[in-house]
Amino acid sequence: MALPPGVLGAATTHMSAPGSSSPATPTRRGTELALLGFVAGLVALAFVLISENQFQTLKPEVLLYVAVYAALFGLAHLAVRKLAPYADPLILPCASLLNGLSVAMLYRLDTPLAQQALQSGHGYSNAAPKQLIWTALSLAAMVVVLWGVKDHRTLSRYGYTFGLVGLVLLVLPGVLPCSISCVGGAKLWIIIGPVSIQPGEFAKVLIILFVAAFLVSKRDLFTIAGRKVFGLELPRPRDTGPLLIAWAIAILVLMIETELGASLMFFGTVLAMVYLATERSAWVWIGIVLFMGGATLAYKMFIHVQTRVTNWIDPFADAQNDGYQMVQSLFSLGSGGIAGAGLGAGHPELVPVVSSDFIVSAFGEELGFIGLTAMIVVYMMLAMRGLRSGLAVRDTFGKLLAGGLSFLLMWQMFVVIGGISKLIPETGLTAPFLSAGGSSLLASYIMVALLLRISDAARRPQASRPKPQAPIAEASTVLVERPT
Amino acid sequence: MNKPLRRVGLTMMVMVLLLLANLTYVQVINADTYANNPANRRSVMEEYGRQRGQIVSATGTILANSVETKDAQHYLRVYKNGPEYAPVTGYYSSIFGATGIERAEDDVLNGSSSKLFVRRLSDLITGRDPRGGNVQLTVDPKTQDAAYAGMTAKNFSGAVVAIKPSTGEILAMVSTPSFDPNPLASHDNATQRDTITKLDDDPTKPALNRATQETLPPGSTFKLVVASAALANGIDDANTKNLPADPTITLPGTSTTLSNFANETCPEGTNNQVSVSIAIEYSCNTAFSTLAGKVGKDNLIQQAAKFGIGQTDLTVPVPVATSTVGSIPDEAALYQSGIGQRDVKLTPIQDAMVAATIANGGVRMQPQLVKNILAPDMSSISSFSPQEAPGGPALSKDVADQVKAMMLLSEQHTGGAGKQANVKIASKTGTAEHGTDPKNTPPHAWYVAFAPADNPQIAVCVVVENGGDRGLAATGSSVAAGVGRATINAYLAGEADDAHHRAVARRPLPAGSAHRRRRHG
Repeated sequence: MALPPGVLGAATTHMSAPGSSSPATPTRRGTELALLGFVAGLVALAFVLISENQFQTLKPEVLLYVAVYAALFGLAHLAVRKLAPYADPLILPCASLLNGLSVAMLYRLDTPLAQQALQSGHGYSNAAPKQLIWTALSLAAMVVVLWGVKDHRTLSRYGYTFGLVGLVLLVLPGVLPCSISCVGGAKLWIIIGPVSIQPGEFAKVLIILFVAAFLVSKRDLFTIAGRKVFGLELPRPRDTGPLLIAWAIAILVLMIETELGASLMFFGTVLAMVYLATERSAWVWIGIVLFMGGATLAYKMFIHVQTRVTNWIDPFADAQNDGYQMVQSLFSLGSGGIAGAGLGAGHPELVPVVSSDFIVSAFGEELGFIGLTAMIVVYMMLAMRGLRSGLAVRDTFGKLLAGGLSFLLMWQMFVVIGGISKLIPETGLTAPFLSAGGSSLLASYIMVALLLRISDAARRPQASRPKPQAPIAEASTVLVERPT
Repeated sequence: MNKPLRRVGLTMMVMVLLLLANLTYVQVINADTYANNPANRRSVMEEYGRQRGQIVSATGTILANSVETKDAQHYLRVYKNGPEYAPVTGYYSSIFGATGIERAEDDVLNGSSSKLFVRRLSDLITGRDPRGGNVQLTVDPKTQDAAYAGMTAKNFSGAVVAIKPSTGEILAMVSTPSFDPNPLASHDNATQRDTITKLDDDPTKPALNRATQETLPPGSTFKLVVASAALANGIDDANTKNLPADPTITLPGTSTTLSNFANETCPEGTNNQVSVSIAIEYSCNTAFSTLAGKVGKDNLIQQAAKFGIGQTDLTVPVPVATSTVGSIPDEAALYQSGIGQRDVKLTPIQDAMVAATIANGGVRMQPQLVKNILAPDMSSISSFSPQEAPGGPALSKDVADQVKAMMLLSEQHTGGAGKQANVKIASKTGTAEHGTDPKNTPPHAWYVAFAPADNPQIAVCVVVENGGDRGLAATGSSVAAGVGRATINAYLAGEADDAHHRAVARRPLPAGSAHRRRRHG
């Protein structure tokens, strides 16, 4: 069969690139598998400790959990090997460790929480099996994204679509009736029968995609200098429009959803991305001023914001009511101390909402300062590998997207852990990969998929090296046939 | 765009450092403040979430144990026959702490005792929650049952203490009216609070352990101490009659008179004089007042101390209030003290010790409630070994035998229920006046005894406060003796039963077991 030489040639070059074109880039998939194996061992150990500490026996269901968990990440690894062979080998293991510890901790919390529910006459369905099912769905979503998005740059074409959908998702629970959108004082949900989703979790990914696409196309606009004030080159007032819009949306979200966390997430990430795109610190200062203004406004307008600030300043002033959760979280962390109570041996169930917003308190109590530090380092590793992919990838959109996603992960982790440990006022966000809840997990793995895709692009050898072009002067003249 | 990316990376690191600095503050620097905050329920949950050990009787019946519950505290403390054993077990409350054995043996029961160290080490390795050890008491259920039934049958307020004279093992310890410790171990805080309020407000003081914590004038039972002091100092013996038998004497240096019971003349007197023996036999006050005067304050206090009166740090291991002969400032006070009045105040357990010491030939054994400390698996860790009380024998064997002989005579003249022809009891009654208007206040009725007199197995002290069911007419014999004898009889019958059971157990299996085997096969 005769193929056009160009086609064959191109294919050959592509196929042989890792081996033949020098220097060869290792895929590091073996490293990923080894790390995943190590993580599976740690998670298995966590499960065994929990079972022994809680029940004084090794429960057979523990082995089932570990087996399903290991199988899921084994499959995810195979998918990455096939779909993103050059992806960073640390990203998936970091996510899988946090995810595995989450399932283990939820398994640990199920028994006491079920007992509490029984005593107060409420129903309770175990969170650990649900979280494992959500892990499977999330990993499936990750594989679908990896399979559907062969090149992250194609995403930049749908920037405005993502932006619009993201905005709708962000605002939707706020305009829906409370009966299908309110959970525990925040209007963040869409509840249809047994399924409840937090559209805001997906909105943040879509908005990062939009902001990255938007900033790439309008980058010049933001770099034009305006007046110079106190040695700071301010942008032209009209160029601050997009940032003002982002700020306004954040305030809007705060108002209609009475939710601090989502608006803080949203605004902080947009600010970081504007800085990444423009390299100008003036934007950061403007952003901080806007944030201060918004925060003051929110404090003045909303009693629940005032309550949170009051609790932050002194939770012990009203330890039985408003400060109760914060106080219990501090007790939990303090009782854990340096080395922790041991998995399954503490009493984190005393902290209200411990399985979602305050799950980090449970880790702090049972793994101690040492264990919690290790988990924070795992987060940092994940975010740093994302940033590193951003540094290495060649296109601006990829850099912005990787930077935005990494910052969002870190920022959310900071706000959550800072909140439960009284560094900053508590906001009611979920800890990525750790908190119980499908929306958060699903969104987190979509972010992981995007980071894997960008890192794959960053480390993949060029399909064809640009051929050295001969200087024009040396090019042979071409005889153009005279038209007849 | 790589420069801002690196800067964002630096910002992330700063965020991590802020978190770690704050966590250091919360989890390292301030950890103890939070962990030990009284509002932090963890320390209580730790303690109450553990399976606390059992308290069992000498025969192994369970008096207190922890049963598993579905709630957050995991285990509920349960007392079987709560009121009967409350003076022994005490209660175990998450709000009000513990009393009795629950408190005295807390480290064993909660598993933190160093005696359990080897077991704890294996728990540490296997990762098991530490379980508490068990405490086996010396209390014999049949004896305790009889004593408790005797006191509650007529709603007596008072106490019974029974001691095995040769070892000091406490065979029974009853205080009535009593209380149920179960609601105090409730997991419901309101129930605990309500219960303690009711106990505190109750004028009959059911929470007071009268056996160990209440001191009362011992009345004539104290004559055993005075007689012991006299005999030990060679002042008199059973054959010398030189004590006044008069119905009334005037206390030296005063115009106050002191009379015998019902103003009677002490019988069997020669020339209106009686011996110590006769004075005990008929409980003559005038004779004993005079005898106390002859013995002297110092000798009396010394003899009392040898019986343990005045010991401030006695624990069995439940703490015991200090008994005292009072300050005795003058001769008149010495006369009054000689018949167990004035400032003489004994705990029932102390008076039981007096009887037990005489029964044991003058050797006072340290009283003890704990027979055995058992590991969670019921293997013995440390068992009780009889111990002589400090200070050497209270009496010589000779003096003890003389006092015993007097007590045998006294028992013959003591009325009340429960006399059995085959049980030879040595005893002394007491009827103690008290209050600001002693002649019109029902007296405390006492009975101390031991049996069988030839080979004493049990010594008891019974006190019934405020005349029991007889009011002003109450005497030691009419009110307290019946309870004491019932207690003695129950123990001695139980002893016989046990011997019988041991004999039966050694016999070959009855034919019935073969029949059962066939049916199952």
